[in-house]
Amino acid sequence: MLRRLGLVACALTLWLGLAYADEPKLKIGLLTIQSGPYSAIGEQLEHGFRYYLEQNGQKLGGFNVDVVALDTGASPAMAKSKAEELVQRERVQIVVGPIASTEALAIHDYMRDAQTPLVSPSALAEDLTQRKASPWFVRATSATGQLSHPLADYAANTLKYRKIAAIASDFAYGYEIVGGFQRVFEDNGGVITKKIWVPLNATDYSSYISQIGDVDAVYASFSGPAAQNFLRQYVEFGYKDRVPLLASHSTVDESLLPEMGDDPIGVISSGHYSPTIDNPENKEFVRGYRERYKVAPGFYSAGGYMAAMLIDTALTGFKGDLADKAQLMQALRAANIARSPRGAITLDEFGNPVCDVEVRKVERKDGVLQNTIIKTYPQVSQFWTYPPKKFLADPVYSRDFPPLRSGDK
Amino acid sequence: MNQQLAITYLLGSVTYGGLLFLLTSGFCLIFGIMRVPNLAHGSLFMLGAYVGVAALRSGAPFAVALLAAGGAAAALGAIFEAAVLRRVAGDEMRQVLATIGLAFVVGDGILAVWGGNPYRAQAPLALRKSLQLFGAVFPAYRVAVLAIAVVSAALLWLLIERTRMGARLRAGVDDLEMTRALGVSAPALFTSAFALGSFLAGVAGALAAPIVSAYPGLDFDILPLALVVVILGGMGSLAGAFVASFVVGGLYIVGPVLLPELSYVILFLPMAITMALRPQGILGRSAR
Repeated sequence: MLRRLGLVACALTLWLGLAYADEPKLKIGLLTIQSGPYSAIGEQLEHGFRYYLEQNGQKLGGFNVDVVALDTGASPAMAKSKAEELVQRERVQIVVGPIASTEALAIHDYMRDAQTPLVSPSALAEDLTQRKASPWFVRATSATGQLSHPLADYAANTLKYRKIAAIASDFAYGYEIVGGFQRVFEDNGGVITKKIWVPLNATDYSSYISQIGDVDAVYASFSGPAAQNFLRQYVEFGYKDRVPLLASHSTVDESLLPEMGDDPIGVISSGHYSPTIDNPENKEFVRGYRERYKVAPGFYSAGGYMAAMLIDTALTGFKGDLADKAQLMQALRAANIARSPRGAITLDEFGNPVCDVEVRKVERKDGVLQNTIIKTYPQVSQFWTYPPKKFLADPVYSRDFPPLRSGDK
Repeated sequence: MNQQLAITYLLGSVTYGGLLFLLTSGFCLIFGIMRVPNLAHGSLFMLGAYVGVAALRSGAPFAVALLAAGGAAAALGAIFEAAVLRRVAGDEMRQVLATIGLAFVVGDGILAVWGGNPYRAQAPLALRKSLQLFGAVFPAYRVAVLAIAVVSAALLWLLIERTRMGARLRAGVDDLEMTRALGVSAPALFTSAFALGSFLAGVAGALAAPIVSAYPGLDFDILPLALVVVILGGMGSLAGAFVASFVVGGLYIVGPVLLPELSYVILFLPMAITMALRPQGILGRSAR
């Protein structure tokens, strides 16, 4: 009797085990930053991603999801080896991440060779979906210039500025965001008088700010502590009262605003996400996220959230084989998000979102700083209004491209 | 360059120089006595910045916040010297490596306690404004920093030249073996030097916080500046560090304006030249 019971138990376990193994499960690798100076943004991204999963019962597109999160420390070399670990050892079907553009570029070729879908939640580097576009890549954020093109249009055609000096951190993101601004601003009759590049490890901005000269406005792009220090010194050296400031989204990101005092009030910036976007999806997201994590979601939280939503949308109604990464990729590329905190999003042929871009102004409301939306550019492409072919024939935005038109040195 | 800009640059240079002197005086002191370049110096500076911000937020007056920052850094420095460095005394390579270890521990500790977002420190209310000086706009707080740096330099000079502890420190720098033979306890000397050096780093950090903010990564943004100053000034020479601080302050502020393409190397070029032509630095003595 006992023996028979044992047999039944065995069979039962086996059957349960098989049944369990049969249920298709999606394994997602998350490349985030958990250590070092950039761990704060890593945490925001992971919170956004996991918050979406929590809200959806740990399922995406109806499939149970396992998440393996690995730390890259914001280092491209580390991102590469962690990507290999996710693909080869953990055998994940989709990789979400890594956070920084340098990291994303470092694993770009590997992911293509490994034929594993990469969903980028925050890397903005232009060429990821332009000159180095890969069929295994899809972006849940946007390209860099996609964010500054509309602001340049706003500066030239609404604010009627004619002469603007640009000041930004001296690395690829700074070149791209300023380059995009310059192209559209100059094509609309404006002139960029100067491009001032500030080294990433600078602790003092006064000597850079003092070079701004006689202009209608300044366009600035910094991130993290550099943004905070730049804005403060822009105020302290008496420029804010005289020269209006336009900025990239990162300069006045929600995660920085609480520590900025009155410095950023009045700064006009552009971005694809703000907690003030007025639609029911975003209101619910901001309310729930704030309740869960005690802060408003910013660029990186929204990035994680949107990456999860993109996968969710792609896999809703997915009839193929979860183990077949080519089918997964095809579904991801076809994902059209009808409603999201960022509004409707479709993907172009390069896997980059065509999405709304908001022009925002920093205001104090109920004692708290926020980016109030003053204009929405609907459904903006990464190529702005230029034909993609013509756009791609030019080199990627860099320190010297587009070149300065004015002779003013 | 017009007059207004010239004044901005001049003021910027001397105030930054003042801040650099506070940062490097502690480094110099420790190196002078112990012959150990303390690579955790930037971390003690960063700790000072965070403690200063925390103290200010709990409502402490600015002077108290400065002392709290200095005290925290001094306590950590003294404990580290007594508990770690002393165990590897005489082995300079291991001591240097131990200071790097401390730098990582402090960096991660700060991340664990304060998280990764930058903190903004507020200058004292009376200094939270900009001055009009000869047509140039300049933040009042920076002028105060310069004054504090000069006063600190004077106090430090008095401490070293006019007190018994200072005499022991000087004797230790000159000839450690003879000083010990005369009955001065080397461990006590080392610990007090390390604590004093750390105190200065902590105060400098808190003082710099309203200008540079407290953020993770500040430690290794600031450490190279300290190294450049001491190499230029002469390892272990306080007077040299004083002069070099203002030279480097000037280079740091004016360099990127005159030679924007060289803004990354502008500080290290003079350092490399100094090392090649005058390895002992501006006011340093030649190697023992």
